[in-house]
Amino acid sequence: MEPKTRTRRKAFADTDLCVACGCCARVCPMNAIQIRNGIYARVDRTRCVGCGKCARECPASVIEIREAQA
Amino acid sequence: MKSTKNPKNQKKRWYDYLWMVELTYMALGFFNILFAWLGMLFFCIPLIISLVKGTKGYCNRYCGRGQLFGLLGGRFGLSRKKDIPRWMKSRGFRYGFLLFFFVMFFQMLWNTYLVFAGARTLRQAVTLLWTFKLPWHWAYHGTLFSPGVAQFAFGFYSVMLTSTVLGLITMVLFKPRSWCVCCPMGTMTQLICKAKSPKGDIVTEEP
Ligand code: SF4
Ligand code: SF4
Ligand code: SF4
Repeated sequence: MEPKTRTRRKAFADTDLCVACGCCARVCPMNAIQIRNGIYARVDRTRCVGCGKCARECPASVIEIREAQA
Repeated sequence: MKSTKNPKNQKKRWYDYLWMVELTYMALGFFNILFAWLGMLFFCIPLIISLVKGTKGYCNRYCGRGQLFGLLGGRFGLSRKKDIPRWMKSRGFRYGFLLFFFVMFFQMLWNTYLVFAGARTLRQAVTLLWTFKLPWHWAYHGTLFSPGVAQFAFGFYSVMLTSTVLGLITMVLFKPRSWCVCCPMGTMTQLICKAKSPKGDIVTEEP
């Protein structure tokens, strides 16, 4: 069985290096990512389930999936 | 991979097929160079969206080129899917690359002007990577206007072809849409958005 903590893993985008291409938002199954003002990606971590699709897609590899502090 | 998507994000919308427009554009330029003028759309639309709406809506939704790379590198597996090197996503490189593109673009405009002014004859060639002159005379069937109109088409198509080739190279080496990291159009629209955004560059990370 998957440990419960798995659901607490969330996506974190490095907003400084993000190029706002929107590739992450395109693939997110939860629609948790929004591109803010054409500058950076913001993850709504209440929706994010930590699946990691966005991180795999991000051409700049600036998304990290890690444990979110509760 | 598709099956895990929820219906909301799975539904294809009309703009998910714009990669076909990109393919058609590149093909048309092969048969008649004057079609290269249509590329002005790919140039103006992103700028207008960023200037008017202050978003990268073009990149986020409508860019056929990005979609094409995503498709070839993703679905068709023509990508190593490796991380792009750090220096390629640094600001210095991205802005420098944009500047380089600008300079090359103005040089192209200058060449066009020379042909318009009659100081130079039309060169029926497409320049790849600013260096290699590819013969392209089959795509030229004369023009009703000044030869300068055709010179601009050759020049503009060169820009498009060069960025497509660079995009394909980065796609194969790194991730499918790695081109989007240093794409001059993407960098430029992001800069416009930054300039327009009330908060500027300041980013607040919510808990
Ligand atoms: S980890 Fe999954 S759910 Fe979370 S933002 Fe990325 S794609 Fe969406
Ligand atoms: S895919 Fe990466 S670079 Fe593009 S908007 Fe998302 S986080 Fe930013
Ligand atoms: S960064 Fe360039 S290639 Fe990528 S989506 Fe934007 S305009 Fe298209």
